[in-house]
Amino acid sequence: MSLSAEHAASDGDKGTEAGPGEPRVSGRWSAVFREMLATRRVVVGIGLILLLMAAAWIGPLISPWEFTERDFASFREPPSPEHWFGTDNTGKDVFVLTMVGLQKSIVIGLLAALLTTAVAAVVGAFAGYFMGITDKALMWITDLMLVLPSFLILAILYPVLRGQGWLVFVLLLAAFAWMVTAKMVRGMTISLKEREYVHAARYMGVSDTKIIFRHILPNMSSLLIVDATINVSGAIIAETALSYFGFGIQPPDVSLGSLIATGAGQALAYPWMFVFCTGLLIVLVLSANLIGDGLRDALDPQAKSRRR
Amino acid sequence: MGKFLVRRLVNYLVLIFLATSFAYLLAASTLNPRVNYEQLQPKPSQESIEMRLDALNLNDKTPLAQRYGTWLAGVAQADLGRTVEDKSVNEAVARKAGVTLRLIVLGTIIGCTTGVAIGAYSAVRQYKAFDKSATAAAFFVLAIPTVVIAVALQVLAAWFNRATGTQFLQYGGEYTANLDAGFWGMLLDRMQHGLLPTATLAIALFAAFSRYQRNMMLDVLNADFVRTAMAKGLTRRRALIKHALRTALIPTVTYFTFTFGILLAGTTFTEKIYGWKGMGAWVVDSIVRNDVHAVAAVSLFMAVCVMAASFLSDILYAWLDPRVRVS
Repeated sequence: MSLSAEHAASDGDKGTEAGPGEPRVSGRWSAVFREMLATRRVVVGIGLILLLMAAAWIGPLISPWEFTERDFASFREPPSPEHWFGTDNTGKDVFVLTMVGLQKSIVIGLLAALLTTAVAAVVGAFAGYFMGITDKALMWITDLMLVLPSFLILAILYPVLRGQGWLVFVLLLAAFAWMVTAKMVRGMTISLKEREYVHAARYMGVSDTKIIFRHILPNMSSLLIVDATINVSGAIIAETALSYFGFGIQPPDVSLGSLIATGAGQALAYPWMFVFCTGLLIVLVLSANLIGDGLRDALDPQAKSRRR
Repeated sequence: MGKFLVRRLVNYLVLIFLATSFAYLLAASTLNPRVNYEQLQPKPSQESIEMRLDALNLNDKTPLAQRYGTWLAGVAQADLGRTVEDKSVNEAVARKAGVTLRLIVLGTIIGCTTGVAIGAYSAVRQYKAFDKSATAAAFFVLAIPTVVIAVALQVLAAWFNRATGTQFLQYGGEYTANLDAGFWGMLLDRMQHGLLPTATLAIALFAAFSRYQRNMMLDVLNADFVRTAMAKGLTRRRALIKHALRTALIPTVTYFTFTFGILLAGTTFTEKIYGWKGMGAWVVDSIVRNDVHAVAAVSLFMAVCVMAASFLSDILYAWLDPRVRVS
């Protein structure tokens, strides 16, 4: 943590110190980058995600079938050279469906995770920095939101959600997932705000909001990055569960969750409608988890793997 | 310590009240029971629909605040209202709560204890074969949504039954209807039906807890107090269990509180997929049926469960960490 602290402190007035064209000294982030590449889990995870992304966006282009196209000659056909993943109940090509669903799941996961972490960072940092009444109020809201499972709230909101499209769904997914991270951020803020550089900034007359965004949050970037990665898998899993019961992504949009929902009932008779989307979902979540777990080690100076 | 727990308890009661009120207001404003009646064939007359909705306190023409007041007055007298089919919510809750609680309690106990035990042991055997295989298993399971675990177990069970030509693994409903096999036969039947749903919950919990416990255990494994404990003559095993594990359990107890909501969601999926008539399956059906009072009742139930879990972890926390008891 102290390394990043110094880095951020020098980063703050980079404008005056570092002249133009001056070579950048190898700092914290390049060290982290090297550490990251040395962690096999992270490399494997990133590789897998890139592979999935490539498949999701390029796959539908090279497939001879269109997303909305139906092959009326073949319903529920097993995989064949013509339909790589087979066809579904209405004669749609399962390969194209799965790839489009994969696209949506990836986008939902990334967007929701980014939003979740951003909200958590702001709420946690403000609560921890100001303490007193701000802290009481914010933490009380956080506790209140932890009382009911977010699945329940999102399911109740489903009638409103039905006509809104998937972006609103992403917003809601993020709106009910930030609480635990916010508590962690708050804890870290409380210890960070006693650091010298924060005191220095405060005595120099830097405004509180600016201190939070320029000095406190950048110094817990490790935590935030790791958490955002973990939230990606959390969001994808939440989406799957909601879509499974019809409370999530609504047709004509498809996601891996809604595909699993249609495939699950026929998993025994027509396995190709279930196996491919489920397999891809597992690989996707697994790679996000691998990156998150590996990053935690790479970013944590006290990581156990280095004490070997 | 008593004062600490009482203060927490009061706090929890307020939170339960607010969360349930919030859920009621949300459900009352998004769900529209009127549609249920308007879709009936033949369509009832306008007056009869209004009368019916008024009688059930579900009329969206009544101001929300007034409906909320009526509902709250009922809840204060331990009456959770009527469902859209004009049945007592209280009776349904009494019937369904037990089903869910049985599932949660068994699943949690099995999942958490195996998770904690395996996680702690993995930490002690860090980078050995046991740790590596446990980590791989946990990573794999963590990547699978509970829904998929449940469906996959069902598929495997069907395949197993077909392969062995028996009906040993049951995956539909809570018990065989109209079974007459005496007490032990019934018990066995229930256990057969309960095996897979409980396993679904336990597997998901095991993965999360073994990862978490492993990390927490690694943090304290080389701490000075563990070395001191061994120096004063405790065996390594005793030192690890009495000092390292006990300390490492404290953050896990907090973690348990946070994950309990996810566990409840997992229970919902499990009940729905295995056809158990519990609170979770009920809420999914109720939302589709626009049943405001049922949704509010399940929210109350879940809020009470979450708070009970928090209270339990407060007690465990106080028991594990002497500093809480002293201050």
